[in-house]
Amino acid sequence: MTTDLAGSPVLRPRPPVGSVADAAEALAGAQHYDVDVVRRDFPLLARTVHGGKPLVYLDNAATSQKPTAVLDAEREYYERHNANVHRGIHVLAEEATAMYEGARTKVAAFIGAATPQEVVFTKNASEAINLVAYAMGNAGASGPRAGRFRLGPGDEVVITEMEHHSNIVPWQLLCERTGATLKWFGLTDEGRLDLIDGVITDRTKIVCVVHQSNILGTVNPVADMVARAKAVGALVLLDGCQSVPHMGIDVADLGVDFLAFSGHKMCGPTGVGALWGRGDLLAAMPPFLGGGEMIETVTMERSTFAAPPHRFEAGTPMIAQAVGLGAAVDYLTDLGMDAVAAHERALTAHALDVLGTVPGLRIIGPPTPIGRGGAISFAVEDLHPHDVGQVLDELGIAVRVGHHCARPVCQRYGVPATTRASFHLYSTQREVDALGEGLLRVKAFFRL
Amino acid sequence: MYQDIILDHYRNPHHSGLREPFDAEVHHVNPTCGDEVTLRVRVDGERIEDVSYESTGCSISQAAASVLTDLVVGQELSDALSIHERFLEMMHSQGRGEPDEDVLEDAVAFVGVSRYPARIKCALLPWMAWKDATAQALAQKGVHS
Repeated sequence: MTTDLAGSPVLRPRPPVGSVADAAEALAGAQHYDVDVVRRDFPLLARTVHGGKPLVYLDNAATSQKPTAVLDAEREYYERHNANVHRGIHVLAEEATAMYEGARTKVAAFIGAATPQEVVFTKNASEAINLVAYAMGNAGASGPRAGRFRLGPGDEVVITEMEHHSNIVPWQLLCERTGATLKWFGLTDEGRLDLIDGVITDRTKIVCVVHQSNILGTVNPVADMVARAKAVGALVLLDGCQSVPHMGIDVADLGVDFLAFSGHKMCGPTGVGALWGRGDLLAAMPPFLGGGEMIETVTMERSTFAAPPHRFEAGTPMIAQAVGLGAAVDYLTDLGMDAVAAHERALTAHALDVLGTVPGLRIIGPPTPIGRGGAISFAVEDLHPHDVGQVLDELGIAVRVGHHCARPVCQRYGVPATTRASFHLYSTQREVDALGEGLLRVKAFFRL
Repeated sequence: MYQDIILDHYRNPHHSGLREPFDAEVHHVNPTCGDEVTLRVRVDGERIEDVSYESTGCSISQAAASVLTDLVVGQELSDALSIHERFLEMMHSQGRGEPDEDVLEDAVAFVGVSRYPARIKCALLPWMAWKDATAQALAQKGVHS
């Protein structure tokens, strides 16, 4: 694996999506995808827990492990190039700036952004979503350019019942501040959006939807949502936390206006996420946080603001983390996101089969590998997920238990919490089999 | 961590179900995992007359509620609070506590749980609910504890 440590701002062209040749290439890529070789890039995966048991890490929807290339990139940055960015004319400042902006360029190319200036670095995806929500809240006091974002009584914000709390709470708060109304799409029994008419209306200002659910695994029909939103002139914000790390993403193809995602779920460091926004929208959007770096001129009475993306990056940014994220993007690009997606698709199908053999296990979410990704929630009879997770942990198997920051989903399906296994590009069929065997041990332990 | 005593209380909880009469009722939630308990307390003077509860949650929180009722029902208030203190102390011992079985009875089984930071609050949930309900019951009766 090679890493561009200098972070040179060279756009890595993404191959065009959708052609027959691409499909054939993706298939070949999947066949050549050697997960055991990939795993060698991730030092943590070699460790053991609880007295020598091999770690089976199935909590990837919470966060991913990091390849050596990412760890090296951060270390190299601090050892050789550390300086503050966008100021100073010394060598280190210029190198640090080039590396930080180089990372932006890599991220932009990775998601098919028209220009790097459409990518705003945030501390995480939650901040990316809050950035849009607060900018909309600030639009009332901004000039006529911000009219597109203005919100008040009678206006509507549309979300869905399967959102992560970070795509619910910011919109609840925005509606409380502005007097707008929050509406949402409910869910079908199978864990899909119930796309009824009448939720999106000509009063809808923005539609905020998750691309792939972190709790149900459902991959949502973005094109359908975009068509409904565009028909009434509403904006679309897509939460890509669980999709950007697992499939090829092209924002132009998706047709959305904003895409929020986190770095640490895509093999990058914690402390960095991103908001992609359409260039014309970011240019018209009022700022969220004020401070250094985000201004054009400042007087004691008032300030004018920098152009995007810097308008939305107040203060010293997360430079090392962004550099690490750039290395993660290089790593994923070298593996090939189509190959990654094919690997995880096969793994998800296998996992659904294995979980289907555990008596009394109920999948919460789509039961087939169609239109779903590799985050699988389930209930084991009426055992509490904490007990399931604890016994699995003693076997070395790391899963997530709880409501996964999606409490309305648990309420919808009548469970206090779920156990969730989630996969990544380094997960293996052996690990899925270990989960299946572990669940049988759990049942035996509690005498079910 | 899952000692047989805990699993026994989980499978066959003591004093479970909500009963009348009662002086105060509280509902406590463990927001990170969704454990919930509704708990009622009836006090008579300085004595804990009854503690009844309904709970959903993991084996640890359910067993803790069962053990709690065994320990405090019928006790003088000051004794019950002292038992609560000893239980708290044990749960913060990171597995190193040497609890007195004469005082804590079946609750000594929870010393293993104190090694698991994520589960300590499961064991404490019914105790926090009990303390809250008891304080409310006393306040209502004009007693200041």
